[in-house]
Amino acid sequence: MSVSTLPHRPRPAVRRAVMAIPFVAALLIAARLDRGPFRSSADAAHPGFAFQDATAAAGIGFVHRRASFDPRIAGIEPHVAGVGAGVSVTDVDGDGWPDLYFTNSRFGAPNALYRNRGDGTFTDVAAAAGLADLNAPGEGVSMGAVWGDMDNDGREDVLVYRYGYLSLFRNVDGKRFVDVTAQAGLHRWINSNGAIWLDYDRDGLLDLYVTAYFRDVDLWHLTTTRIMHDSFEYATNGGKNLLFHNLGNGRFEDVTDRMGVGSTRWTLAAASADFDGDGWPDIYLANDYGPEELYLNDHGKKFTLTTAGLEAESKSGMSVALGDAFNRGRLDAFVTNISERGYIFQNNNLRLNDMPDGRRFRNVAEGAIADAGWAWGAQFGDFNNDGANELFVANGFISADKGKSYWYAMSKIAGANGALFEDASSWPAFGNASLSGYEPSRVYLNRGVAGWIDVASTVGATDLYDGRAVALADLSNRGAVDVVVANQNQPAILYRDFPDSANHWIGLHLVGTRSNRSAIGAEVLLETGDVRQRRVVDGGSGFASQNDRRLHFGLGSHEWVDRLVISWPSGTRQVVTRPAIDRILTVTEPER
Amino acid sequence: MSDATRAIPAQPNAIVRSWQLGRKIDPRYLIAGLITLVLLVAQFRYHLVGGYQRLVVALAVCTAAEAVLSWFDRGKVVNLQSAYISGISLTLLTKPQGAALWPFVIGGFLAISSKYVVRYRDNHLFNPTNFAICALLLIAPDHVSVLSHQFGNDLATNLVIWTFGLIIVARVGVVHVTVAYLAAFLLLSTVRATVMGQPVLPEIAPVTGPMYQLFLFFMITDPRTIVRGKRPQMVVAVIIAVADQLIRVASDTGVPLPTAFNAAPPLLALFIVGPIAKWLDLRRAAPASRVPAPAPAPASA
Repeated sequence: MSVSTLPHRPRPAVRRAVMAIPFVAALLIAARLDRGPFRSSADAAHPGFAFQDATAAAGIGFVHRRASFDPRIAGIEPHVAGVGAGVSVTDVDGDGWPDLYFTNSRFGAPNALYRNRGDGTFTDVAAAAGLADLNAPGEGVSMGAVWGDMDNDGREDVLVYRYGYLSLFRNVDGKRFVDVTAQAGLHRWINSNGAIWLDYDRDGLLDLYVTAYFRDVDLWHLTTTRIMHDSFEYATNGGKNLLFHNLGNGRFEDVTDRMGVGSTRWTLAAASADFDGDGWPDIYLANDYGPEELYLNDHGKKFTLTTAGLEAESKSGMSVALGDAFNRGRLDAFVTNISERGYIFQNNNLRLNDMPDGRRFRNVAEGAIADAGWAWGAQFGDFNNDGANELFVANGFISADKGKSYWYAMSKIAGANGALFEDASSWPAFGNASLSGYEPSRVYLNRGVAGWIDVASTVGATDLYDGRAVALADLSNRGAVDVVVANQNQPAILYRDFPDSANHWIGLHLVGTRSNRSAIGAEVLLETGDVRQRRVVDGGSGFASQNDRRLHFGLGSHEWVDRLVISWPSGTRQVVTRPAIDRILTVTEPER
Repeated sequence: MSDATRAIPAQPNAIVRSWQLGRKIDPRYLIAGLITLVLLVAQFRYHLVGGYQRLVVALAVCTAAEAVLSWFDRGKVVNLQSAYISGISLTLLTKPQGAALWPFVIGGFLAISSKYVVRYRDNHLFNPTNFAICALLLIAPDHVSVLSHQFGNDLATNLVIWTFGLIIVARVGVVHVTVAYLAAFLLLSTVRATVMGQPVLPEIAPVTGPMYQLFLFFMITDPRTIVRGKRPQMVVAVIIAVADQLIRVASDTGVPLPTAFNAAPPLLALFIVGPIAKWLDLRRAAPASRVPAPAPAPASA
């Protein structure tokens, strides 16, 4: 259709030369945009905190060893055995100093329980506590652990989840543990990468939600090699997640089907909080090879799987961290995914919680925060005490031969029909290839509406380990958020945080009475001036990790806190006005 | 002859009637219909688009660029169907880092403008979307990747797209190109896997993915950029398949290629072979008889 003509049209060669100008300009602009932002940010040079690798100084010599499975899947063993480095924080002896528990994944390789000596050093007491030798043929290998006071006796008990049988240990006296798995009715084989404590029915007793990855096959004695996912995007042939109700007499009851939470997606991580503000803890799942899932708690009677905008993107959910991203007084979710230059940009999700009013989560991840490489565990933490959360993201999958990449082979198998790659024997062999290896961790500085920028190299988080679990804790009770990372098949690392000393802070140690004593699920809304920050006591979050149960708030230059509003799992609402700052406060739940 | 024995004209069955109806439709609309079908399946069943803003931006840029450049170059605004197809294929194939929209802006402009700038004897040499995707993969690999996953790795979806795809390229008259490439790919992949001691199935598996489907139905069959003659077209298709295999051999053996080659071998193979073949085809034509575009010209990606 002819709409108009140029009265004096130049010759064809001239016309083409004119059109070539924007054409070449577009190519040049694309190349320039690929190099990143046009201006370096002043914030990146002065993030207000620094990390120091204190692993050796602290006496933490833990080295994770990966599992070895049935020879029939040896070709892709680096992939199948690519998890298991977990770390969780607890105060095992109640002395007020957070301790660390690392899981190992090779038969005979011990787990480690590092007792905090309070002077910046740690001592491994796992063997004496009976928590070291948990990786044995016939039992399975550890993938992670979560701590919680299941019997409200004031001592933190621990569930170790494995590729194999679950193991539940009761804390006897802060030094010794006894295996109560059988009595508790938890002797179940589940190939699990995650578990969380939560009190879903608010009866004051901690219940357990255990996630499953592979279905319940014995990975050392396979009867079939058809054990893998049947879709890279919508797989539902994973293991079945399980919910166990704490009956209060040392026993747990499997209520998975009754409560409707038996997802068979390939769940890698779970987290719990009251997302919709109805007073009941909900469950958020990060699933590999599929979309995230949100189970809303209907008054402790059942859970309802809701879409909430999560179904629109199917990626590879590796972990889920909860935090108030922009001080809106709500718990948002950060879910890590996989990105690899030139091959795939699944992009991480920073999902702002609009559940209370809009019944949806809103993904606002863009720029640097969307791409953390092959990202695993992540946690929100206010590293500079400025009153806004930063994000620490561990990453890197398999660091082997730097000159060989499995990505090309992965691109072939990812394009196949599900029936093909469900069979592990159909996959191209890994050999000694790397797959997104040698990736630096990311530390995202929160600049509010100006976005997030990676300051990892500036603050000193420079290791290239294959990070998995990330746990945060104020290990020296000095108002700083230290970072502990469990690395796959590699040494663990401890980054001590040194925040800007001009900023103020407050720490909270919550003790439940009507609620579970660990206060897991309690949410605190801190209000000072125009700042509103929400935190939740963590029964497990990130990937194969659990943070310190004590909550840390940075206050920036604020020299007081107007009030703390504590929503206890029991339903009790407690208000603390003008609490003292720059210290860790213990707050006990009112009896009535 | 009684009424009972009177001959009744045979009524064609539904398939034949559909085929006859299809023959009456302008091939350009069939191609546009197919890409729309792929888009709808991809989005509503698998949420593959990744945000409607991407689709809107790509379509807007492609159609606006086509309108402006055709008006500037030819004095009239041409049919925008080709731009529509380019916009959709670009949306499906481009996977950017984060929520970046600039790859769709620049990619859309590059796709369309390549038709007006990179020309020989009044013909463009590159398939527009192929050019844009490959250019972005080569110069912006930190921010652009190509769709490498499956439609849910689901056989049924594959069957629908393959069935409609083959019917429509047959109707357009280029099914021999698709089949020639496909046969060569399967044969060469099998030989390569056997020689290199690799399992065969993973090597032929990628052809069932959406990247290959878009490649086979919309790029390699682009009537504007394929050579003339059925046999030369099949030969070029086989050469592209050979180039695809050579790239894969290089990737298998660890030759340090730009990531684009490892991530999208068929697109790069077409990017290299297609314009050379077209240039040679145009060159061997008599200079006096500037080669006009086939008419009617089915739209292409």
